[in-house]
Amino acid sequence: MRRGGTALIGAGALYGVILFSHGDLGVDVHWITDYYLQVLMLAGINIIVTIGLNLINGFTGQFSIGQAGFMAIGAYLTAMLAKLVIPLETLPLAYQLSAFLALLLIAGSAAGAVGYLIGLPSLRLKGDYLAIVTLAFGEVVRSVIRSSDETAATLRSWGLSGLAGPIEGIGGPRGFGGFPKFDSLAVGGWTIPILFTLVFVLTAVTVVVARNIVYSSYGRACLSVRGNEIAAEVVGVDSTRVKVLAFALSGFLAGVGGGLFAFVIRFLHPDNFSFLKSIDYLIFLYAGGIASLSGSIISAGSLTVLPEFLRVVGFEQWRLVVYPLLLIGLMLWWPSGLMGNREFPFLAAPEKGLPEVTDVTDHKSQHVL
Amino acid sequence: MSVFVQQLINGLQRGSIYALIALGFTMVYGIIELINFAHGDMFMFGAYVAAFAGGAFLAQGYWAAFFGALLVSMVVTGLLGVLIERVAYRPLRYEPRFSALTTAMGVSLFLENFFALPSQAVPFPLNHVVFGPNYIRFPALLEVRTYSAGGIYFTTLHILDFVLAILLMLLLVYVIHYTLLGKAMRAVAFSKDGAKLMGINVDWTIAATFAIGSGLGAASGLMYGMTYGILASPYFGIFPGLQAFIAAVLGGIGIIPGAVLGGFLMGVSETFATSINSNLGYMISFLILIVVLLVKPAGLLGRLRRDKV
Repeated sequence: MRRGGTALIGAGALYGVILFSHGDLGVDVHWITDYYLQVLMLAGINIIVTIGLNLINGFTGQFSIGQAGFMAIGAYLTAMLAKLVIPLETLPLAYQLSAFLALLLIAGSAAGAVGYLIGLPSLRLKGDYLAIVTLAFGEVVRSVIRSSDETAATLRSWGLSGLAGPIEGIGGPRGFGGFPKFDSLAVGGWTIPILFTLVFVLTAVTVVVARNIVYSSYGRACLSVRGNEIAAEVVGVDSTRVKVLAFALSGFLAGVGGGLFAFVIRFLHPDNFSFLKSIDYLIFLYAGGIASLSGSIISAGSLTVLPEFLRVVGFEQWRLVVYPLLLIGLMLWWPSGLMGNREFPFLAAPEKGLPEVTDVTDHKSQHVL
Repeated sequence: MSVFVQQLINGLQRGSIYALIALGFTMVYGIIELINFAHGDMFMFGAYVAAFAGGAFLAQGYWAAFFGALLVSMVVTGLLGVLIERVAYRPLRYEPRFSALTTAMGVSLFLENFFALPSQAVPFPLNHVVFGPNYIRFPALLEVRTYSAGGIYFTTLHILDFVLAILLMLLLVYVIHYTLLGKAMRAVAFSKDGAKLMGINVDWTIAATFAIGSGLGAASGLMYGMTYGILASPYFGIFPGLQAFIAAVLGGIGIIPGAVLGGFLMGVSETFATSINSNLGYMISFLILIVVLLVKPAGLLGRLRRDKV
């Protein structure tokens, strides 16, 4: 509890410092511009999604590369509901916020439900075959969004114009924008940037909840499935349930991240959610180190900021070359990632004596060629 | 009927390109079990090298230009593949699998973004190396004739792509099954430690696999350039690379005939689906893949390994 309290104070202090540097606390400083604030929000979103991915790839040992698909579901569903079904602008601010949270929950749950379905094939497919199915799923989601116009036309021809309207509204290959904006809230001499606060709080909540999941008996079951599925079954772990639930949780987090992403960027395009975006999250996860929440936080946070930082320090054009070089260097010098199998004190195991988390992926040779 | 045959021919052409990329993919996977995310960029690099080499050889006549471009791009790209293996993958061979996977993603990002730099942003000797972010035209390396028979049109390129792909595949099969190098490759794929005990130079064999795989990628890059006439930007390898990855998995990753089968299947189905709807053309490979893997979890030609307790 003491460590938890320290972490809470730390998070509060970080939030205060950012608000102060953004000039929100009445002092006229602008060390953090709106642009930096947006980068910070993206960092928070990436932390949420990376933690979700860590639950599958890191803790449960299933190889999934479809995160962008879940994000796309979350993003488009939130945006569609907030713009076309329940127009958020028409509500008073307090309702706007609670409605937005409810929408995030709905979108996250939808993505989680899809995650559950995607998790089902993992019962049959192993390793890289599972990876490619999740990748394919992500691209199918993108193609479905791309063909929204055709879908809407088909629905119209069936006489379902009520359904066709919102589906046409997401714009397919033209992209989808113009979502309601969350303005800052004025409290006395202070202003509170609402969206930033929301992202910050949700990131913190995700970290806390993920930590509690990881050290619960369910989290231990995940690790046992990763270690050796058959042995886990033998000691009574329902590996089917463990894996499918991990996919559902991960889908939920990616869906919520996607919903936030939609409102931070305020423009969505199917190409934002290509498999390259899923690859970004794999990079965040593995650079941080698998099965380490601290690693996910550090690497998703810093690798989101890094390309923008390189831009600011004069690597305008070279930043996308420098970034992968740094990544390669990182993996060569720390092959198990920055925080592989280690945690910050406030995320550490609640009691001593829990088994060490090690990478036990076996290297059985394929008989091929 | 003639539309069907026409689409089939177009599909086989596209399939030959996919099959060759998929072969390189599957060879690397077969030998070190690495999903080589940078393989699509080998294809891209090969296409650019072929464009420049072909342009340079064009003064010597059409066939010299074609074979010159093929040879130069295969060799240069093969060397790049070996270099990448040496720098980014070899040091991580005995580390957890995901670390090599992550460097592969890093290498892929590096190749795309480095070669896409505009040349004025790059200091002197290097500015001749980057390809720049703009479209370039692929020089016509052969005189293209169009033939027609019974309402079906095909060109020299249709024939050439298909024949070249088949020839390279046969060559590969020969190398793998009838040469010492091929025997070493099969041994290393079976067991690295066992191969080492038998006196096989594992490092050298893996490097050779990368060279051959990257060379095949370059050949398909040349075919792509000749067929479509334009290289979009150094990012253009991403999509064919992904399709080839899927083709390799579809056939059973690590299995040579599987990659060929998967590649042709992918090319043909994509061409047919695109003729119905462009979005469907993009989706079809993924849908086929999902269905096939649900029925045969190790790909069309793969056999599932049973875990022993």
